[in-house]
Amino acid sequence: MICCDQLGLKLSKSLKKLSNSARLMVGQGDYEAYAEHMRRNHENLAILTPAEFFRDREEARFGVGGRRAFRCC
Amino acid sequence: MNARFSTPLFTLMAWSAVGLLALGALYTLATARGEPVNAMWLVAAAVSIYAIGYRFYARFIAERVLQLDATRVTPAHRHNDGLDYVPTDKWVLFGHHFAAIAGAGPLVGPVLAAQMGYLPGVLWLLTGVIFAGAVQDFIILFISTRRDGRSLGDLIKTEMGQTAGVIAMVGILSIMIILLAVLALVVVKALADSPWGCFTVFATLPIAIFMGLYGRYFRPGKIGEMSVIGFALLLASIAFGRTVADSAVLAPLFTYKGESLAFMLIAYGFVASVLPVWFLLAPRDYLSTFLKIGTILSLAIGICIVWPMLQMPAISRFIDGTGPVFAGGVFPFLFITIACGAVSGFHALVSSGTTPKMIADETQARFIGYGAMLMESFVAVMALIAACVLEPGVYFAMNSAPAIIGATPEAAAQVISNWGFVVSPETLIHVASDVGEKTILSRTGGAPTLAVGMAKILSSVMGGSIMMSFWYHFAILFEALFILTTIDAGTRVARFMIQDLLGTFIPAFKNTQAWGPNLIATGVAVLGWGYFLYQGVIDPLGGINTLWPLFGIANQMLAAIALTLCVVVLYRMKRDHFAFIVIIPTSWLYICTLTAGLEKIFHSDPRIGFLAHAQKFSTALETEQILAPAKSLTEMHRVIFNDFIDVGLCGIYIALILAMLSFACIAIREARASEIATVRETKDDLLRPIGA
Repeated sequence: MICCDQLGLKLSKSLKKLSNSARLMVGQGDYEAYAEHMRRNHENLAILTPAEFFRDREEARFGVGGRRAFRCC
Repeated sequence: MNARFSTPLFTLMAWSAVGLLALGALYTLATARGEPVNAMWLVAAAVSIYAIGYRFYARFIAERVLQLDATRVTPAHRHNDGLDYVPTDKWVLFGHHFAAIAGAGPLVGPVLAAQMGYLPGVLWLLTGVIFAGAVQDFIILFISTRRDGRSLGDLIKTEMGQTAGVIAMVGILSIMIILLAVLALVVVKALADSPWGCFTVFATLPIAIFMGLYGRYFRPGKIGEMSVIGFALLLASIAFGRTVADSAVLAPLFTYKGESLAFMLIAYGFVASVLPVWFLLAPRDYLSTFLKIGTILSLAIGICIVWPMLQMPAISRFIDGTGPVFAGGVFPFLFITIACGAVSGFHALVSSGTTPKMIADETQARFIGYGAMLMESFVAVMALIAACVLEPGVYFAMNSAPAIIGATPEAAAQVISNWGFVVSPETLIHVASDVGEKTILSRTGGAPTLAVGMAKILSSVMGGSIMMSFWYHFAILFEALFILTTIDAGTRVARFMIQDLLGTFIPAFKNTQAWGPNLIATGVAVLGWGYFLYQGVIDPLGGINTLWPLFGIANQMLAAIALTLCVVVLYRMKRDHFAFIVIIPTSWLYICTLTAGLEKIFHSDPRIGFLAHAQKFSTALETEQILAPAKSLTEMHRVIFNDFIDVGLCGIYIALILAMLSFACIAIREARASEIATVRETKDDLLRPIGA
């Protein structure tokens, strides 16, 4: 049942995109992409845990100097 | 038939069909006389015109004018840090960008503009978005992407000079203050004397705090989970709201006049913007963002299922400028009343914000910049539909001030029927009881009208008339929730801007961690919008009348500034022969904002001109006469003072755009004199294979 597998894969990819998009709408980027980036490019640096990443993004969106929470009228 | 030949032929035929659909739909809408038209014609006209605009015009801009280059390295690749700069899938980014540009503006403006009939609004929404709004969002996104994702103020500084940059920043701050005031006024107008509405909105505070604690300590980062819980609690609070409204004990606790609500909102804005963000602001943002997207989707689905009829005429008698909702004729006032949805300067801030830092390939700027704006325009079209499916008599009863239609259903029905929109007092009472309110008279501000329209559409899909009041309060809550989130987030942004600005004179103010400067700057921001809010609340003409045009002028002024930057950049890129695609919308916005600004100051009708209004009050003062809303001579003086503040504000706007115009002329002359491109893009020093 190759065709069903492919369909399932496509569906789960689309769902993943949907959830990523919903998270990004509130300023939360993709943690896996971040961790992957850090592992590949900055081996010697500590990687934020998911909870730390969440707080970092929250602070970046609303915190000091944060202007990205602002939406249009 | 050979596939190679059939494909272009098929494409040609398909696009011809879309073109014919657009023409047919517009013809049907424009020639309707006296009979209700199905709202699906509006949907068909909008969608087919968006498709044509995206396929042909946006593509022309992308390929010929801007010459987007898929091999260029974007900031997301150059500065990739996994946090702020991340190459992102274009669909994911589209959602992010759309959520950031879609707010209350496209929902309120078209509702107000419906007083002239649906046709003027639709025509401006469609032409505006294709030739101005979407073009602005797209080109600003492109400009920022080629300059490391820098902000609008910064971009203007580098391309047009230091002074132009500072002027733009002042413009941005002033529009923000007015925006916050007008949005706060929309909430106040929707919640005044509505215990049910007040209760549900108050209930969002403990719900958000609970979500905040949950996401901070209990299940960090589980946004989906906490939003589902929050949403369930919200629905419960709407359901319980009816009990509150019916209870003799509870109802008075949640019944407030506009003035008290305004003071509560001001206090709330102050407290919310100094609290830690995870406690209240962030969880409310999650809830309101998802609720907003969900509600927009359900409204779209609802319209497509119900196929409602537009009760409002194509063109009403109020195109002559005597309408009760806002004063002034089609030109220039329609074009500033509908800002978001057609063209909105605010989007330039979003297009030069986070989106350019995450775009993976600059050719996607067309899909994300132009495409998301088309979608926002569609939201505005849906808001227009929701307003026009109401009986015109009900629409005018909701949107006219008591000073015009009186305070009882009988008086209102008589005045409105005399305008030619026949309505009975029973209908007005009946609609109010359907949506669970004591009265629907003079619920100005657009939000309640939209809520009744949405309730009408959604209850036909689900629940019938029994659910009407639930849907109404759901819609009110949805609008109030995301407006309040904009207010706290906006107050914080304004605070940071003020600290920046004051910090250039008093360095201590730059310290955003210190309590002193922090509280002072927040206070200044809150008092700024609070002042205009209060002025709007006590205005006998409903406030929206005065404040919405000021907001519209400010927003379109910012759009004019952003588009001016686009013109300058095209000249600097040596694409002079294509500059007309931005020169035309820019000129139109200059004409509209300048005319509107001047008319708001100098028009001889006191309903439009602030000076004439002040004159009227001064004349009355001489004979010690007291005119509403003033109740004493001191208040008479205050009304006159407010008029002069408004005159000053319009004057500042006019000065700002004239200054920008002259800076643009200087920059364009310099660009034309040069043999080579003088554009200041980030050097494309990294190599990137296509598709990487």
